[in-house]
Amino acid sequence: MQMKATLILANGSVFTGQSIGATTERICEMVFNTSMTGYQEILTDPSYAGQGIVMCYPLIGNYGVNHEDNESIRPWGEAFVVRHLSARGSNFRCEGTLDQYLKKYGITGIQGVDTRAITRILRNQGTMNGMITCAEHFSIPEVLERIQAYRVEGTVERVTRKEVQVCPAVGEKRHRVAMMDYGVKENMIRCLQNRGCEVTVFPAHTTAETVLSGGFDGVMLSNGPGDPADNVDIIREVRKLYDSNIPIFAVCLGHQLMALATGAETRKMRFGHRGGNHPVKDLDAGRVYITSQNHGYVVCEETVDPAVAKVSHVNVNEGSVEGLRYTNGNVLTVQFHPEASPGPRDTEPLFDRFVRRMEGGEW
Amino acid sequence: MPKNPEIKKVLVLGSGPIVIGQAAEFDYAGTQACRALKEEGVEVVLVNSNPATIMTDKDIADHVYIEPLNMASVEQIIQKERPDSILPTLGGQTGLNLAMNLYEQGILDQYGVRLLGTSPASIRKAEDRQGFKDAMEAIGQPCVTSDVVESVEDAVAFAGRIGYPVIVRPAYTLGGTGGGIAYDEPSLREIADRGIHLSRVGQVLIERCIAGWKEIEFEVMRDSAGNVIQICSMENIDPVGVHTGDSIVVAPTQTLANKEYQMLRSASLDIISALEIEGGCNVQLALHPDSYEYAVIEVNPRVSRSSALASKATGYPIAKVAAKIALGYTLDEIPNAVTGKTTACFEPTLDYCVLKIPRLPFDKFTTASRTLGTQMKATGEVMAIGNSFEGALMKAIRSLELPVKSLRMDGLEELYTEEIEERLVNVDDQRLFVMAEALRRGFSPEKINRITKVDIWFLDRLQAIVDMEDALDHGHLDPGTLRSAKEMGFSDAWIAALSGKKAGEIKALRESYHIIPAFKMVDTCAAEFEAQTPYYYSTYDLENEALDEMHLPRVGELAPHIPEAPYLSAATAEPHRPASGEKKKVLVLGSGPIRIGQGIEFDYCSVHSVWAFKRLGYETIIINNNPETVSTDFDVADKLYFEPLTPEDVQNVVELEKPWGAVVQFGGQTAIKLAQALTDMGVPILGTPADGVDAAEDRERFDEILQQCQIPRAEGRTVFTTEEALEAAHEVGYPVLVRPSYVLGGQGMEIAYNDRNITEFMRIINMTEQEHPILVDKYLMGREIEVDGVFDGEDVLIPGIMEHVERAGIHSGDSISVYPPRHLEPEHRETILRYTKDLARSLGVIGLVNIQFILFNNRVYVIEVNPRSSRTIPYISKVTGVPIIDLATKVMLGQKLKDLGYGTGIYPEADYYAVKMPVFSFEKLTDVDTGLGPEMKSTGEVLGIAKTFPHALRKAFKGANMKVPKKGGRVIITVKDEDKGEIVGIARGLEEMGIEILATSGTADALEKAGVPARRVARVSEAHPNILDMIASGSVDLIINTPTKGRKHDTDGFKIRRAAVEHSVACVTAIDTAHAILTVREQSRSSELRPVDITQI
Repeated sequence: MQMKATLILANGSVFTGQSIGATTERICEMVFNTSMTGYQEILTDPSYAGQGIVMCYPLIGNYGVNHEDNESIRPWGEAFVVRHLSARGSNFRCEGTLDQYLKKYGITGIQGVDTRAITRILRNQGTMNGMITCAEHFSIPEVLERIQAYRVEGTVERVTRKEVQVCPAVGEKRHRVAMMDYGVKENMIRCLQNRGCEVTVFPAHTTAETVLSGGFDGVMLSNGPGDPADNVDIIREVRKLYDSNIPIFAVCLGHQLMALATGAETRKMRFGHRGGNHPVKDLDAGRVYITSQNHGYVVCEETVDPAVAKVSHVNVNEGSVEGLRYTNGNVLTVQFHPEASPGPRDTEPLFDRFVRRMEGGEW
Repeated sequence: MPKNPEIKKVLVLGSGPIVIGQAAEFDYAGTQACRALKEEGVEVVLVNSNPATIMTDKDIADHVYIEPLNMASVEQIIQKERPDSILPTLGGQTGLNLAMNLYEQGILDQYGVRLLGTSPASIRKAEDRQGFKDAMEAIGQPCVTSDVVESVEDAVAFAGRIGYPVIVRPAYTLGGTGGGIAYDEPSLREIADRGIHLSRVGQVLIERCIAGWKEIEFEVMRDSAGNVIQICSMENIDPVGVHTGDSIVVAPTQTLANKEYQMLRSASLDIISALEIEGGCNVQLALHPDSYEYAVIEVNPRVSRSSALASKATGYPIAKVAAKIALGYTLDEIPNAVTGKTTACFEPTLDYCVLKIPRLPFDKFTTASRTLGTQMKATGEVMAIGNSFEGALMKAIRSLELPVKSLRMDGLEELYTEEIEERLVNVDDQRLFVMAEALRRGFSPEKINRITKVDIWFLDRLQAIVDMEDALDHGHLDPGTLRSAKEMGFSDAWIAALSGKKAGEIKALRESYHIIPAFKMVDTCAAEFEAQTPYYYSTYDLENEALDEMHLPRVGELAPHIPEAPYLSAATAEPHRPASGEKKKVLVLGSGPIRIGQGIEFDYCSVHSVWAFKRLGYETIIINNNPETVSTDFDVADKLYFEPLTPEDVQNVVELEKPWGAVVQFGGQTAIKLAQALTDMGVPILGTPADGVDAAEDRERFDEILQQCQIPRAEGRTVFTTEEALEAAHEVGYPVLVRPSYVLGGQGMEIAYNDRNITEFMRIINMTEQEHPILVDKYLMGREIEVDGVFDGEDVLIPGIMEHVERAGIHSGDSISVYPPRHLEPEHRETILRYTKDLARSLGVIGLVNIQFILFNNRVYVIEVNPRSSRTIPYISKVTGVPIIDLATKVMLGQKLKDLGYGTGIYPEADYYAVKMPVFSFEKLTDVDTGLGPEMKSTGEVLGIAKTFPHALRKAFKGANMKVPKKGGRVIITVKDEDKGEIVGIARGLEEMGIEILATSGTADALEKAGVPARRVARVSEAHPNILDMIASGSVDLIINTPTKGRKHDTDGFKIRRAAVEHSVACVTAIDTAHAILTVREQSRSSELRPVDITQI
């Protein structure tokens, strides 16, 4: 018999299910993800640091876990909420069960709860904090106080590399790229390596001077967790990178940091975009691409100075800013994840555009 | 890009009669597309030979032609209507092939008609085997090693190079007709020969056998701007080797990690981009289970059965969006009708699991080979939605309406374990149950996977169900177990059967534990956006979204629920009472999967009833489980519940919705069967009550009514034993009709001419234990007359009387039916009217009644009465212009016929003849006897409409694709002794028209004696060249063969009839049908046929 677990949301909703993974009590920000595949990539995406992930798709763990699908050195999600967890995985690459994996990394989880009801609460009332506990007895008012007091903080510092790492190009080395690791997903690095780039990954707080003295052909600002505006020091360094006129390609948090560094503002979305089905229109090409997304903050369009940047990509569903092309001709930033993993690879050619720009061409 | 303003009038081609491989899904797609076109102000011209479809309704298209789907007829329609465009990709393979032919022959150019959507060049590239392979090679997409060949010798040579087994796939055929897996040279020779013959272009593909790989499908879309999206991924539980139409399919894929999934998704999008598809497209891929190796199997550059499934599985209206793309819109310009907020340019994401199980016809064709392969055999399918695989699977099994209600199938328990293991190897429609039985015997999932290649994940799910059976078997009924069982989709009845309780006790028990269904919405977006469409499925989860909006904010306030305290549920919510001014709720029950005897016509009736109630201001709720139909389109009823049609599943909806009334008479036998259960639930049945249904089916009660009304019926007896049957036959006199009571579609019914027949039939019938007596009735060999009537308690309206071409003895669904009748005296009309009225009144009919009569020796007898809709309603509605379902609906609500504007009595006859002709799918079902009899065998029908009977008949033959022999043609005649007298006239007629008559010796003797010259042809058992060689040679145009009775498959007749099917030679098995052919030859010419717009009748 599985241990009972309880999920309590900040609005007072209580869901009872069975414990999976670790049994440690955990308070975090609860978000939902609509992807039907890729739970391992999602768990290991550093952008989820400080958050608990509710999987909308009800059958999770079907293909187990393997060593290839990690997007970083460990899972960063704090908690994992699923409808049904497969007791074992079935796939030629399967090396273990998801439950074992969660236990190994101390991720607290719960299954057997109405994940759609939870999703609807988060959709209607906005992202909120929550707690998973295996305790039999607890006082709701006491718990709610602790839940409501929680805030996602210091996450970039937690997830970023502590040391510089050089990742060799696949095949002939044609470019050298500096990757600012705010919580980078491995596939972002791989996408560059596969395009003949040697990627030097820098810890988040590396100064612009250090980076710029490295003689790189371009800089990439990675994705990462938390409220972008919290990263005051980093934003200052990003501004210097921008002023240097080096080609810069930025994704997700990197995109938001660049916007903040150049005078625009960001805001927290009600429940964000997390999934693999978000349509984004490339305004230059006039085409819509299905993208992989994971963000809770967005650049406020009205704060973007047209003299600095123009919107290059918009979200087809709600018109929010999905990409900015900077008028200096050196910088392109996108809110979505062209490196996919998980999700559709339809926008991966953006990495080709970055390479082209580094070669002196246009974006 | 907005709509192209030059498109003003569009010709839409339907898919023709329902055959295996091409069923109701194209009515669904076509109807949705027509509505989308009309929404854009486009004038729609519709051509389809199938009168049972909703797309051929006046309110769906502006001009409706129920005409043969061939070049000549469509050209005439183009000439008459002058459409500026044609939409070719909604009418299945039939519509697509026809449009391509019109294009290739220059007819479209000649009349300035443009092909909308995907270009002909792209279609050709996708459809032509070699062209497709080349295109795939050019973009680096792997195909299975294969070669296109046009001769058997080339096939054998190629197979020699790549090694056996090989798969043979004919180009341009329906449902893979004529394909198969060849394990050696002799089998390859046979299959390749058949495939080449059946292919429109005389080509077959010989390919490396990848049986055992995972079969994955993607439904994808592309617009003219190049935007590409994936709608739905599907995984076949049966690995490659079984036609996807016969496979159990789950959506989304379950066993693919993100890497493999994205690899195949990207491949699918790359393929439609390379092919420049504009609209919907289905891509089938095979994935090696132990590596990233994959191969593209095929693409269908059109809407398909899979796209209908994908639409229902996701809520994304593929046909509608495809139609708008064809008009020039891009995906981001088309709104998403489900959310009302987002656009069609996104990818649906599911937060549930969808199961499709095919409905195979082996309950009807008991002698047919059940083996499944690359040739599709299913007539229909069911779909179920759940938040677990187990839940969806168990619901889908219940939806099939087969004797099996769970994963446990009767008869398997008795088999030896070795037999179970053997049966695992053989892929047939029962393998799912065999796998479960193997698990019960202690086979490990790994072992079953080794034998079947079914993925272990699926086998683990079956194991979970088997383990639960075991727990319940041991009487575990604690709240936790019971909740798990319900979440796994166990019905109360099944839990009761396992635990030795009654279903009612289980229901009470679980309700005491607050284990109550909650309904969730299908919204295309996993709840990310608020949806507008009330399309629901049941779960045993917390939040019930089908409750009114006002309950939803309470979500946040509640305490722990499982199992201590109830959350919001149907039982705890305030009962919904309509406030003044609020609409009354009406529940309409659908007809479930399409099967022989219960086809698309019942969906027509259900949908029309929903529309009628809506017009009258009612809130409509539909329950159905067939993903191919219009009734399960999310915008037909106000609320759609995608659920099995069993008492418990219906009750779940009833307890939630508390309908004001329920309608059962439109959903065929499926809905009728639920009448009593609904009555027991306290739901008023609108129209004929359950008791009336019982009175019509119960032999004794019905006889009593006939007696009261002084209506004659054939003399008959009820018997149990062979001795009693013989005695009864002697009393009433041969020939007699022998059949089990309480069966559908004439199942098991035979005509006995002598004691030998009786003994044989009784032995067959009694092989299965009979609960009810067997009926032995005098067989009246008269003219069969059929009426559909509407009765309001006082008056009856008969919109039209139909007469069958074939005399009684052939199931009405398999007979050629003619409206108006040609041989009915006024006095008989009066008698029929009176009988109809008396019977309707006595049975308590309110609404529809269908009655079959026999006119025998100038006297009208009643054969049977069905107090419900029938398969002839759609066509009679169309040709008479009487909105029968609308009237029946109003009558159920208490309105009177005399106030409804169509009068009472027999409605005035139209000045057109309409001939309904059955269509069969024998080429898909090996081992099925094509000889017609009291048991229904047809899968669909076509209609021919013309000013005269012979012309209408000729059109019907053309629509059914049955060629009438021309001068200089050749006919083989071989009939049973009883028919030898009558055949003479027919043979003489044919001979006089310059058609050569060939006959087997007995028939030839009879003909010669009557002075009709006939060339003798050797019997099957005689030396070559015999009759079978003759048929195989392709030099015969028609075979007239009337079967001797019996079910043996080794008779000459059976071999002749099967040879005819295999070599595509027309074969008629009733004298009257042969006579009809003669009539057509004598009294009409093709050049005299004119298309009829039924909206103008």
